[in-house]
Amino acid sequence: MEPITTHTGVGVPLRQSNVDTDQIIPAVYLKRITKTGFEDALFSSWRKNQDFVLNQPAYKHGSVLVAGSDFGTGSSREHAVWALKDYGFRAVISSRFADIFYGNSAKQGLLAAKVAQPDVELIFKELENNPGTEVTVDLIHRTVRCGSVDTSFEIDNYTRWRLLEGLDDISLTLREESHVDAFEAKRPGFKPKTLPAKV
Amino acid sequence: MANKPLTLPEKVWRDHVVVPGKESDGQRSPDLLYIDLHLVHEVTSPQAFEGLRLAGRPVRRPDLTIATEDHNTPTLEIDKPIADPISRKQVDTLRANAKEFGVRIHSLGDADQGIVHVVGPQLGLTQPGMTVVCGDSHTSTHGAFGALAMGIGTSEVEHVLATQTLPLKPFKTMAITVNGSLRPGVSSKDIILAVIAEIGTGGGQGYVLEYRGSAIEELSMDARMTICNMSIEAGARAGMIAPDATTYEFIKGRPHAPQGEDWDAAVQYWDSLRTDDGAVFDAEVILDADTLDPFVTWGTNPGQGVSLNGAVPAPTDFTDDVARESAERALTYMDLEPGTRMKDIRVDTVFLGSCTNSRMEDLRAAAEILVGREKDPEIRMIVVPGSARVRLQAEAEGLDKVFKEFGAEWRFAGCSMCLGMNPDQLAPGERCASTSNRNFEGRQGKGGRTHLVSPVVAAATAIRGTLSAPADLLVSA
Repeated sequence: MEPITTHTGVGVPLRQSNVDTDQIIPAVYLKRITKTGFEDALFSSWRKNQDFVLNQPAYKHGSVLVAGSDFGTGSSREHAVWALKDYGFRAVISSRFADIFYGNSAKQGLLAAKVAQPDVELIFKELENNPGTEVTVDLIHRTVRCGSVDTSFEIDNYTRWRLLEGLDDISLTLREESHVDAFEAKRPGFKPKTLPAKV
Repeated sequence: MANKPLTLPEKVWRDHVVVPGKESDGQRSPDLLYIDLHLVHEVTSPQAFEGLRLAGRPVRRPDLTIATEDHNTPTLEIDKPIADPISRKQVDTLRANAKEFGVRIHSLGDADQGIVHVVGPQLGLTQPGMTVVCGDSHTSTHGAFGALAMGIGTSEVEHVLATQTLPLKPFKTMAITVNGSLRPGVSSKDIILAVIAEIGTGGGQGYVLEYRGSAIEELSMDARMTICNMSIEAGARAGMIAPDATTYEFIKGRPHAPQGEDWDAAVQYWDSLRTDDGAVFDAEVILDADTLDPFVTWGTNPGQGVSLNGAVPAPTDFTDDVARESAERALTYMDLEPGTRMKDIRVDTVFLGSCTNSRMEDLRAAAEILVGREKDPEIRMIVVPGSARVRLQAEAEGLDKVFKEFGAEWRFAGCSMCLGMNPDQLAPGERCASTSNRNFEGRQGKGGRTHLVSPVVAAATAIRGTLSAPADLLVSA
């Protein structure tokens, strides 16, 4: 995973709460077996509407999505994160993220920045009053800047460290393999196994 | 010294910590948790297996892993190749991966194929006190057994395949206490829809929910699974119910249930899986089952629900700006006027199925209402059992005949119209009373409009053509 320190790019105001993962990427696109090539799938249903924010020239090449609360609710599909990244987004700002989406973002190096709702409203205004305004998300200092708005965002130390270092979870866990072996040796015998199959 | 009293979720968590998180700067890194059971399906796994292949890693514990095909599979003509080539390729990819990595798979046509969350419990693989994961947000279903069960993303699927563990940050705990007893015609689906309407789609974020109280204890395992299934719609990654005699009775004798001395040892452990007296939850919500009505959604997220005896709300009913905007948008999408009585809303399609409500009890409850009655002539009704085995059992009980004589379509098992990844979809503008779990825009088909309901409300609606409770049938009879 590519390390992230700071990102600056055009902010896209998506003034809507409860943006669920079925909107981010409808199920019909989940049939693919690759991890890339989902840029056409992102918000595909909403993009058919000419008024949708990504169809406006000023925002078309945005890379920081600013959304209402409860972003990424619903399905666990990591495809939602792949689609956002494939389109060109590097960061998403919201006051609250669904747990699974938040975890998936961290695994893929999409910076999900939790910003207090009043500050999200201020950023919306900046972006709507001056379309094309850039937003800077600074992971080192945990800050978000956009026009006259200069605020902080919430992220736990562990996730921040992993993103800054670009570390992959599986390699980190494999360092603990002896502990996994020891744990397995002590698991109760009554725990079920799928093999051999009993039907 | 006495141990600190713990909640049920905390006990199961404690018993699976492989490496505890480390403290630094007043924050704690994730605990590394052992995973007892990993369920796999075709949609969220291909990229995970590809990751293993690229890194040259095996599946660490194929004997704790099981796969089935559900999201893409057709519910008609299952003996023919899957018509959509992209769906077919995804299913073929799962079969090839299962073979290559030594993972047990139940494919289309097999008696144990079906929705992954129906198959696990049916085989007796889901048991109390386990950690269960799957690349599917409705994995919370398995919490009905007192397991800590949660949906994960594809990167996490790969992580579990490779290591049989997951790094997880401890959750907060929330008690959902449901006192009293449900009245006839009111079901566990109504409880969970009412809970979500109460706490909102984000209310459970960061929490594991524990459902408790007399109304929960009185529920069957099928009904408990319905409740835990929709924990994710309240934003909670997991929901749990303490195991009891009902749980044990369900598990006993199933193919993978413990036997002999193992059974006794298991029960002894399971008996300890109850929230201790004096344990403190981080939050609590209390509901009264005695006064609960059948519930139905009017909007485009599962929190936008109301009593079936109520009316479509007006955006101005919401004082919060965000909720008001969300309601306005939802009413436009749903093509509903504020003030319309829910029972005056006419639907086109009734879908009985999904990991929320496709088990034997759901099918029996619906069939009991439909038997000897006539379908509204304009209604299309589709019945999709949760697994091939549920289908077989239903046929053994003659339920298929009830559905067919009523005029409903009796299908093969799968996720079907819950998310329309197979051909079972709503047409634009089509309105559906659905026993599934999500009423998101376009979820059941582009432009489709979904009202989430219980199986008995679905059945009554198929008879009357408008959203209806079983009690409405007695009035009109």
